[in-house]
Amino acid sequence: MRTLLLGFAGILLAFSAQAKLNVVCTTPDLAAIAREVGGDRVDITTLTRPTEDPHFVDAKPSFIVKLNRADVLIHGGADLEVGWLPKLVEQARNAKIVSAAKGNVRCCEGVQMLEVPTTLDRSEGDIHAAGNPHYLVDPANAKIVAHHLAAAFAASDAAAGETFQANAAKFSAQLDAKLTEWTAQFAPFKGAKIVSYHKSWSYFAQRFGLEMNLFLEPKPGSPPSAAHLAGVIAKMKEQGVRVIIVDPYLDRKTAETVARATGAAVVDVAQFPGGVKGTEGGYIALMDHLVNSLTKALTK
Amino acid sequence: MKMKTLSVLFAGFCALPLSAQETNSLAQFQQRLDAMQANFERTLAAQRAEIDALKQELAAQRAAPPRPLLAETPPVASGASVLSAPAAPLRIGKGASYMDIGLVGTFAAGGSTANDFESLQLGGHDPNQRGFTMQGVELNLQGAVDSYFRGNANILFSVDGGGESFMELEEAWLETVTLPGNFTLRAGQFLSDFGRINTQHPHSWGFVDAPLVSARLLGPDGLRNPGARLAWLAPTPFFTELSFGIQNSHGETAASFRSEGHSHGGGAKEGVPFGFRHPDNDRGVRGFGDLLFTPRLATSFDLTDTQTLLLGVSAAFGPNSSGGSGDNRTQIYGVDAYWKWKPANAHGGFPFVSLQTEAMLRRYQLGAFDWDENADGRVDAGEVVDPGTGLPAVLARETVTDYGFYSQLLYGFRKDWVAGLRFDYVGGNTADYERLGLTLDGAALGRDPVRDERWRISPNLTWYPSEFSKVRLQYNHDDRARIGRDHSVWLQFEFLLGAHAAHKF
Repeated sequence: MRTLLLGFAGILLAFSAQAKLNVVCTTPDLAAIAREVGGDRVDITTLTRPTEDPHFVDAKPSFIVKLNRADVLIHGGADLEVGWLPKLVEQARNAKIVSAAKGNVRCCEGVQMLEVPTTLDRSEGDIHAAGNPHYLVDPANAKIVAHHLAAAFAASDAAAGETFQANAAKFSAQLDAKLTEWTAQFAPFKGAKIVSYHKSWSYFAQRFGLEMNLFLEPKPGSPPSAAHLAGVIAKMKEQGVRVIIVDPYLDRKTAETVARATGAAVVDVAQFPGGVKGTEGGYIALMDHLVNSLTKALTK
Repeated sequence: MKMKTLSVLFAGFCALPLSAQETNSLAQFQQRLDAMQANFERTLAAQRAEIDALKQELAAQRAAPPRPLLAETPPVASGASVLSAPAAPLRIGKGASYMDIGLVGTFAAGGSTANDFESLQLGGHDPNQRGFTMQGVELNLQGAVDSYFRGNANILFSVDGGGESFMELEEAWLETVTLPGNFTLRAGQFLSDFGRINTQHPHSWGFVDAPLVSARLLGPDGLRNPGARLAWLAPTPFFTELSFGIQNSHGETAASFRSEGHSHGGGAKEGVPFGFRHPDNDRGVRGFGDLLFTPRLATSFDLTDTQTLLLGVSAAFGPNSSGGSGDNRTQIYGVDAYWKWKPANAHGGFPFVSLQTEAMLRRYQLGAFDWDENADGRVDAGEVVDPGTGLPAVLARETVTDYGFYSQLLYGFRKDWVAGLRFDYVGGNTADYERLGLTLDGAALGRDPVRDERWRISPNLTWYPSEFSKVRLQYNHDDRARIGRDHSVWLQFEFLLGAHAAHKF
């Protein structure tokens, strides 16, 4: 009996030593980076799907259960998840992930935010007080997030701290190498104009020297009106814009209508790995796909 | 020393021959000098404060975690960009502030073929007159109190049908942030955790008015009172929450319990059973038995990636103030279901389909009551008469049962547009007091209008110009037993200022 108990205790000890960090990520892009940094030392749960609009997610009760068991919560911050995450964290009853806890990782910290409004005025549309929250489409910001995650994982699992740091460094090195490639691919298209539906590609445009100043929606969050689209079509013709990009959750039909009127091509893009076919492999696979499909469309 | 005396003497000498007017101008000069000095000191103090603040900010920024190095690929700085850091007070709306402040204003306009709006529109904030109704302006304040509690307050301002302004404290509570054992404790004034609609504020309802069943059985303003509530998240693989609330059972926001007012027959308010309530029963809390208890169990499953189901059972137990003995009790039971479908590529939350249903049953013990309240053995005005005896009615204790349900379907068929359809039904058993053929001031009372059968069907269409405003058009087709059919049309407007608190599922 005693040996049995001892054996049982031994198994428990071994189990707890081996226990992986339970990591909950709000969006699949954060999850992809968490996977690179955490490796086999973390179990990752992603709340939103890659095809989903991350601004509008239902605060499903099943998320409460996932957050209740989390060691670390990774979120973009910058108000991206403000419409649904706070209520979930409130109900999760988990001291490890409340806003002040070390297990609550706001990835936007340290990121140079774009489009931070000087005044908050909702007549300008649904603007984010902390700036444009779609910062992860700039690979440089992915490196910042990777470093955040290494530090956050190490804080919860000190024994694997070096592994996390090494993984983050490896991922950063890969990104650096890739970034040189991607920048070279975009070099012939410096200043090329691309139309997007929502203002969610500013960081990408800035990184690769593209111009994305035309949007299918008149103001962030407002549906496109006929008058606005007519204006966009006129400007596209005038400026010779040949590419329109659309995220999976946005209305492709509107983009197609504008494309027909202007002779431009519609390119399916996603901010999240798995959002378009061929991007399931992770963050680098996603960026590869984005760079390849956009440079291809711009070449035409 | 000598110098000083001399100068004083000199000043005195100079002052002596001065006229009164010149003395005044000297005083004015002195005043201006004083003012200038005070001004200078103020400026100095302000600058000192500013320097201190800057020093603190610098210290805070030094204390903040260092930015990871990005030697090879520095982010390109653009016009409006700022380094996001936890110490920098970037935001006013949410997060960085000590309190989120939101204001929701709801108005309605419309009319009905019915004239008895009091019994047509049961909810306390329903549109309730022809023309315009100010349904309410709700101020919501919430935030972290400290590292142990979060606080929430909902204050409602409104204008009643007569143009009188009033204010209600809907909710004001604090809740623990991290109680061990998966518990949450809430204390203060709050909406009882019963079913779905009762805990939702009117601006998150899918319809212009309250469902009949909740307004009739729980009360026009819902069931809410000061108290405490303990909620436990069970360690099951799917969501299971068990909660238990203890609240006061008296006051107008506990209509089926010991709600105030000595109401008799025709004076009974909608939502309260035909009231035989002795004024002695309108009292505070004497013991444990005078409290209201509300247990609830809720569970939820994701049926598929795009479909979620939430099921709940609730109950409310407490004393009521009917009869003369003060020991009569009410039990309310409820079941609720909510199902929602939203595709994996929804934009701005659209399209979606949701179905919400709640059914409730109330057992209300009506205490024995002698209508001859002044004990003069004769029928006086305002006393209910038993036709069998021709004397003031003496009613025996009985338990009456009321029930009902509503079911509402919402279809967000395109971005910012929602079509809704709701079906309401309420009814109750015919009680002994309704069978006796009682009369009041010569008129037969018959079936109690607040317990009689009724159904209603309400299609509506809502347009959300943005997340922060909505316009809703609703038609109500009412059918009330012994009253007849009525048609009502309401147009509702709503605006939201400030923080928009995240909604529960």
